[in-house]
Amino acid sequence: MKQPSPRGELSALVLSVLAGSRGSGQDALARLDLLAVEAISRTPDILLDDDLQLTLFCLYELHYSGIDEAGDDWEWDPDLLRVRHRIEAAFEQRVRDETVVGPPPEPTSAAVCAELFRMTGEDGGPSMSRFVAKSATDDQLRELLVHRSISQLREADPHTFAIPRLSGRSKAALVEIQADEYGNGLLARMHSVLFARTMRGVGLDDTYGAYLDAVPAITLAVNNLMSLFGLHRRLRGAIVGHLAAYEMTSSQPNRLYSRGFGRLGYGSEVTEYFDEHVEADAVHEQIAGRDMAGGLVESDPRLLGDVLFGAAAGLAIDTLMTVHIMDAWESNRSSLRTAEVAV
Amino acid sequence: MGAEMDTAADAEDARSDHPLNSGADAPVTVVACPNGPLLVRGDFTLVGTDGAELPRTRRTVALCRCGASVLKPYCDGSHKLTGFRSDP
Ligand code: FES
Repeated sequence: MKQPSPRGELSALVLSVLAGSRGSGQDALARLDLLAVEAISRTPDILLDDDLQLTLFCLYELHYSGIDEAGDDWEWDPDLLRVRHRIEAAFEQRVRDETVVGPPPEPTSAAVCAELFRMTGEDGGPSMSRFVAKSATDDQLRELLVHRSISQLREADPHTFAIPRLSGRSKAALVEIQADEYGNGLLARMHSVLFARTMRGVGLDDTYGAYLDAVPAITLAVNNLMSLFGLHRRLRGAIVGHLAAYEMTSSQPNRLYSRGFGRLGYGSEVTEYFDEHVEADAVHEQIAGRDMAGGLVESDPRLLGDVLFGAAAGLAIDTLMTVHIMDAWESNRSSLRTAEVAV
Repeated sequence: MGAEMDTAADAEDARSDHPLNSGADAPVTVVACPNGPLLVRGDFTLVGTDGAELPRTRRTVALCRCGASVLKPYCDGSHKLTGFRSDP
């Protein structure tokens, strides 16, 4: 990914450290740690803090496709990991404060699945998909793609980190879902490739990170949450719950997104991504609820709370992003930081 | 895969001769999902009333049993909106 533009002192320093060679600049690393401590204690809300969310995003990016100019050796650098851990701890605490989990069901597959369907069936905030279907403008649809490009151009990757941490029934279920996400080995059917085609179809750049500078902190937070859950074995229950919640809230919104793009005259090269998800996720949500999440809890009932937390957290942080976007649109503003990037 | 399979067309043929899931490890199972679709896994062929194979892009499919899907025979999640109940 190309280097993003810094959004404050902390992200500026982390990007310059990453662009330097490992082993050099111990001063800079010590200063980075100090700045992180300060930024965390100062921020009114880490979920909406551009500087902290971008810094965390860049540190996570080292575990995905990397950042141009950043040496591969930085991935497991203990000093950077310490900084990452500081931000993660504050981020996780904030997410836990934002998340409400109801009384736990029995630790059986059927009860867990039913509870997840109950949680995801509750109306959380404004409906962006209904708005997109009925009245969003061309620019707003493109904004939607820009927000989603951060996750969808590498769709499924954060949850794939969970595969080696599961076993038995829940592992088979996760692999079954992920295989479908990756097109069952057919490049053209990989969901990330379908999304790239959608972006090109409306004239957007499908390079990963092309619009990173345009998306607000909350969009980065949505992505950082997946990386937090995916990269920590401790949170394997949460990443599983997160995926289940995503699958369970996907079919209907995607059908409405497809309708919105169709309404503005876009053809199947643009809508196929959404159409594919209507059918795929109607399958995935069943596998995810019963076999993956339910199977995990049956094999290790201690993970019940984490599974529900992961689902609730995914829904809560996504709702904050939706609120941000809809607030902007309702007052005829762009929901992006730099509107001209997208259109 | 081996020397006998040296063209893309051969590979395509092999793929359709041997369905994605086949053999003793992939018995056909149908899970009746509570208040939802029938989830069909394993080595099966889905055909229309004329016997012709229906378009299918994934191994495991969810068949609508609530009647509300616009993607029939596949489920599209509409059962959640209509409040479909599967218990008698
Ligand atoms: S069973 Fe899902 S739409 Fe009918």
